[in-house]
Amino acid sequence: MIEVIDVHKNFDHQEVLKGTNLTVEDGGITTIIGGSGSGKTVLLKTMIALLLPDSGQVLVDGTDITGLGQKPLNEIREKFGFLFQGAALLDSMTIFDNVAFPLRERTRLGEEAINGKVLERLDQVGLKDMGYKYPAEVSGGMKKRAGFARALVTDPEIVLFDEPTTGLDPLLGKSIHRLIADMQRRLGFTGVIVSHDIPEVFTISHRVAMLADGVIADHGPTEEFLESPNPAVRQFLKGESSDVA
Amino acid sequence: MTTVLANIGGRTLGIVAGMGAGVVFLGSALAWALRPPAKIRLIIQQIRAIGVDSLLVVLLAGLFTGMVLGLQGYYSLRKFNAESFLGAVVALSLLRELGPVLSAFMVTGRTGSAMAAELASMRVTEQIDAMHAMAINPVKYLVSPRIVAGVIAMPLLTCMFNVIGIYGAYVVGVGLLDLGSGSYVSGMEQSVQLRDVVEGLIKSATFGLIISSVCCYKGFHALPMATGVGKATTEAVVLSFVLILVSDYFLTSVML
Ligand SMILES: Nc1ncnc2c1ncn2[C@@H]1O[C@H](COP(=O)(O)OP(=O)(O)OP(=O)(O)O)[C@@H](O)[C@H]1O
Ligand SMILES: [Mg+2]
Repeated sequence: MIEVIDVHKNFDHQEVLKGTNLTVEDGGITTIIGGSGSGKTVLLKTMIALLLPDSGQVLVDGTDITGLGQKPLNEIREKFGFLFQGAALLDSMTIFDNVAFPLRERTRLGEEAINGKVLERLDQVGLKDMGYKYPAEVSGGMKKRAGFARALVTDPEIVLFDEPTTGLDPLLGKSIHRLIADMQRRLGFTGVIVSHDIPEVFTISHRVAMLADGVIADHGPTEEFLESPNPAVRQFLKGESSDVA
Repeated sequence: MTTVLANIGGRTLGIVAGMGAGVVFLGSALAWALRPPAKIRLIIQQIRAIGVDSLLVVLLAGLFTGMVLGLQGYYSLRKFNAESFLGAVVALSLLRELGPVLSAFMVTGRTGSAMAAELASMRVTEQIDAMHAMAINPVKYLVSPRIVAGVIAMPLLTCMFNVIGIYGAYVVGVGLLDLGSGSYVSGMEQSVQLRDVVEGLIKSATFGLIISSVCCYKGFHALPMATGVGKATTEAVVLSFVLILVSDYFLTSVML
């Protein structure tokens, strides 16, 4: 469980998060929506302490990660997988080595066990025969899937996705969504998705929260959220959906 | 007036804070480098990268520096009828001063800038954040091996520079001008001591440390935007040049 409690975050003089509160329950997929520049990425990054809040707490399974030293923080981070908006694959190594990287650096698994694990994940994301390529040699969609494989290879309890479908064509976006939902069911991780892909992303979300003006305007199970009377939510859903349609 | 003072004060504080951050960065990189398990494979990979990148320019620079030294030295020394000292003059200036400094400049331009650009682009494309997120320490994985490799590779390249520089001066002095080969070599033998070689190598190891840590620091702390890579690279090269010259003075004055 991730609890974001009264988190404030400023950049220079710009207030991005203004006392944000959000609880991410274990299991299922929680989706965070909100306008461009509303601070969704910032919020996601505070959940794994890539950004530290100016004030407030972020509890992961009850431990406040905002003031942790390197070692205990890394222990918490090992529970996570993170899919970056741009995949953030290490471009000095092949797709295969990228996926193998956290296993090689963090575990004592032998090369054979690592091979098996990496190939399994690459197969699951449909990149079985692409392992030998370098990130610069594959398409954006393949990069995302490779990043997904890397995020899942350590069997994390929680996986954070930053806009997993942005910049992909609608078909590919759908296939990534299906992949996320499918893997979530199989592996049982807690998924947190930041997304613009409305209304597509709702089909795989169990819960939705909306970030507006630095706070969570509303959140709840997907069906309830979609009926939310909150004016900010109504306007956003109407705007985004009509944009898509 | 007060704004001028405030400006100066602000800048000074900025510089001091930057130096402090740099020292902390270097300290943690060195601490990771010394902590087992040693990243031998990564260090060797980096040494190879530095060698492959820089060897050619270092050799070229060394050859022509030696040839110029041969020419200039010959004409200057002839005024005092002291041409036979050419070997000694060339060897001492290369070993003690020109070899370490000029090869460090070449390595900065060739490898240091590449190091800064590589790390900066990793910063910009969130690869460094990705390592943090994977609970893998990027300083340990990216920076420490480069710094250790810099300290090891720089003296090796300097040796190459010196050897080919001494050869270049020989070609000019003995081959093109009319110096006897015996007097070139014996003059060198009589005046060069082990100390000269060792001090030169101490200098170049220090320069290696400066180049790799400055370039890694600048690259690692690049601003995460498109212009961040170019800016980090330029700053890394300029700061390396300056620190090489400054530390050269102090090292020379301590060791003389
Ligand atoms: N490292 C940073 N330094 C300065 N400002 C930042 C930084 N990161 C984010 N910001 C600012 O914080 C605000 C929120 O950024 P964030 O990336 O979280 O938006 P977002 O909701 O993810 O938008 P998008 O949907 O476009 O990705 C932006 O205005 C951005 O300029
Ligand atoms: Mg974002």
